[in-house]
This record gives sequence, structure tokens and C-alpha cells, in this order.
Amino acid sequence: MSPLAHIVRRDLSLAFGQGGALLPLVFFMLVATLYPFAVGPDATIMGRTGGGVLWMAALLAALLPIDRLVLPDAEAGVLDQYVVRGLADEAVASAKIIAHWLSFGPPLMIAVLPAAGLLRLDGVVVMRIELGLAIGTPGLAALALATASLTAGVRGAGALAGLLMLPLAIPLLIFGAGSLAPGGSGAIKLLAATSLLLVAGAPFAAGAALRAMRE
Amino acid sequence: MHIFANPARFLTIARPLTPWLGWIGALLIVAGSIGGLFITPPDYLQGDSVRILYIHVPAAWLGMAGWSGIAAASLMQLVWRHPLASVAARAMALPGGLFTAICLASGSIWGRPTWGTWWEWDGRLTSMLILLFLYIGYGALTSATSGRQSGDRIAAIYGIVGAVNLPIIHYSVLWWNTLHQGQSIGLTSSKIAPSMLWPLPLTMLGFTLLFVAIVLMRMRAALAEGKVEARLRRLANA
Repeated sequence: MSPLAHIVRRDLSLAFGQGGALLPLVFFMLVATLYPFAVGPDATIMGRTGGGVLWMAALLAALLPIDRLVLPDAEAGVLDQYVVRGLADEAVASAKIIAHWLSFGPPLMIAVLPAAGLLRLDGVVVMRIELGLAIGTPGLAALALATASLTAGVRGAGALAGLLMLPLAIPLLIFGAGSLAPGGSGAIKLLAATSLLLVAGAPFAAGAALRAMRE
Repeated sequence: MHIFANPARFLTIARPLTPWLGWIGALLIVAGSIGGLFITPPDYLQGDSVRILYIHVPAAWLGMAGWSGIAAASLMQLVWRHPLASVAARAMALPGGLFTAICLASGSIWGRPTWGTWWEWDGRLTSMLILLFLYIGYGALTSATSGRQSGDRIAAIYGIVGAVNLPIIHYSVLWWNTLHQGQSIGLTSSKIAPSMLWPLPLTMLGFTLLFVAIVLMRMRAALAEGKVEARLRRLANA
């Protein structure tokens, strides 16, 4: 097995084995449950605004795994082992992004189904959310890993990570929620462009941060 | 730039330069404000509220120039390991963020009488608000990582990543043509009448000089603080 495939498999088994992958989903469902309490369980209001709420919940849920993505590996010396093995930091970051997306994106897309039921969204909107999340979650996962690499070993990392990541994630929210409006195919393209940019850029930012951490 | 790699040499130039820049900047701001408040004619449509222009535009320029400076200094730090680059980037964060906040506040006050609203979810306004959040995030990151070599480099990476927002701010009035007006001033041509335009270069230059003076002061303070810490450490070891 190639070393990068090994990293993906290891991160995946850690994410699902220790239940870390489950936490964001529960949080996502909880936010979806809170919304009807806040605005009242009116079917028309929820139907019109619920899609955007699910996108916002997805953004917030993406913050939760940040502290388990890089810091435990850095503290245990696993990242140093990868360096000794001659793996580039950017390659390690790419493998970790793939693993993080696999443990975050598809489960979130499944969790959207019961959440959409709670908010009484109709089938067309659910399909658009699923399409948007399929395109947008890779960018979200890449951003989460880059943020995790930047904040690993910084005190107060939890609160800081949200402050650093959310401003950069706003375009995903704008275009993702924008794709729910009628005639939102332009927004889907912009969402894809943003996501692609994040996936392409994040390994380099994360790799540079991992290198900086070792000094 | 490599001449200033020696902090002592930087200080010999920065120390006398700071008061000159600060006072000339303050004079230009006063002159431009007097011109903008009392001498220029009121706008035929907006009346006296147009005078916010002379604060709003320099603040917007310095908010964006501040992050451009952070990004340039961060690049210098990562590529050439310039010893003063991280000091400069940190020094620019607070005034840059402050001018971004002034830009948003003055724009909001200007928008109330002319647009009829304090805030509109327009591309230019939204991207400028994101810039303010980026400044706050950068400030939190630098204060959480201060005093460590790796922390400086991590802040530098974020400074470069955050620069993606700058072209979005610049082109936002073209991409989403909603409420904020397009570009009306360039280096060579302008769509503003000369009788109303002339105080603007004064305040822009004035605030820019003041910005540089503040950055130099903050850099000198940071260098002095480092010196004090090093001396205390030597005393503790002795």
C-alpha cells in the first residue's frame, strides 16, 4: 500500500473508530432542531429558509473536527515519522484532506435527509442541497484541514479556529445557499470554482504550516 | 529592503522619520478636512453628506493597503526570512483593521441619508466586512502565537491566504453591480468634478503618512519590547 493511501486509511479508521466523525453530525442535527424552536414551527417559513439554515449548520459542523485533525498526530510524533519517511508535507496534507472529506462529506449528506424532514423541506430543495454539499464539502474539508494545521500548537486553538476559518468559508455559504434559489445554476458553478480553489490551495497552506510547526 | 535587515540601522532611519511623517500627515489631514468641510461646494444631489467622501475613501484605501502590506511582508518573511518582516506585518494589523472599521462606519453613516439604509448586502460592503473579520482573526492569531519563531511563520501563511479577499473587494463593484457605485477615481482620470475632488488627494496622502508613522511607531515599540525581554532574560541567567 502506498504511504498516502495508508494515511487515508489510518485517519479514516481513527475518525470512525473513536467516534470523532459522529460528533459533527449530531451537532448538525441539533442545529436543525433548534431552528424551529427559534422561529416557530411554521411550515412556510421553514420551507423557505430551511435550506440556508442547513448550509449554515454544515459550516458550523465543519468547525468541530478541527482540533482532532492535526494536533493529536503532531503531539504523538506521527507527523515527524512521515517526514523521516521522506513524505512531502503537502502530500501528507492532501491525504489528510481526502480522509477528512470521506469522514465528513458523505455522512453529512446522509444527515441532511432527516434534518430536511425536521424542517419540512420539499424534495427539489433537498436535491439542490445534496448537490451543493457534494460540490462544497471538499472545499470545506480542505479549509478545515488548513485551519487545523495553522492552529495546531497554538493556545486557545478552538475559539481561534472559528475566527480564522469562517471568514474564508463565507463564499461557500453564499454560493451554496444561493444555489437553492430558482435559477441557481450560476451559483452552483461559482460554488464549484470556490471549492476547487480551496482544495487546490489548502495543501500548500497546510504543508507550509506543518513545516513551520516543526521549527 | 535588505539594508534594513539590521534592526539598529532600521531604527536610525525610523526614529527621525516618525515625527516628520506623523506631523506632515496630520497637517495634510487638517488642510484636506478644512477644504472638504468648508470650501468645496455641496453636491447637487447628496448635499453636505458628500463630505464623508474625504474620510471614507482614504479609510477604504488604507484598509486594503494594510492587508496588501501584511501579505507583502509575510511573503518577504517566508521567502527571504527578513528579520523585520514579521514585525512590520504585526505592526500593520491594528491600524489596517482600524481603518477598515472606520471605512465601514463612515460608509454606513453615509448610506443612511443617500441610500436610505444603514447596511445593504452588497458585494463591496460584504467583502469589506469579511476583511474586517480577517483583520480580527489575524490579530487573534498573532497575539496567540507571539514570541515564537513558528508562530511568526504561521501568521505569515494566514496573511498570504487572506490576500485572496483583496481582488474580490476591488472587482466586487463590477461583478455584483448592486448599490455601491463603481470606480470613479483613477490615477489619471476622474469622474468627480475638480472643484470637489481637490481635498481628497490631501486627506488620502495625509492619512497614508499617518498610517506609515503609526506602523513605524509600533515597529519601534515591538523592537524595544524584544530588547527589554532579552535583557531581562540575560539578567535572570546571570
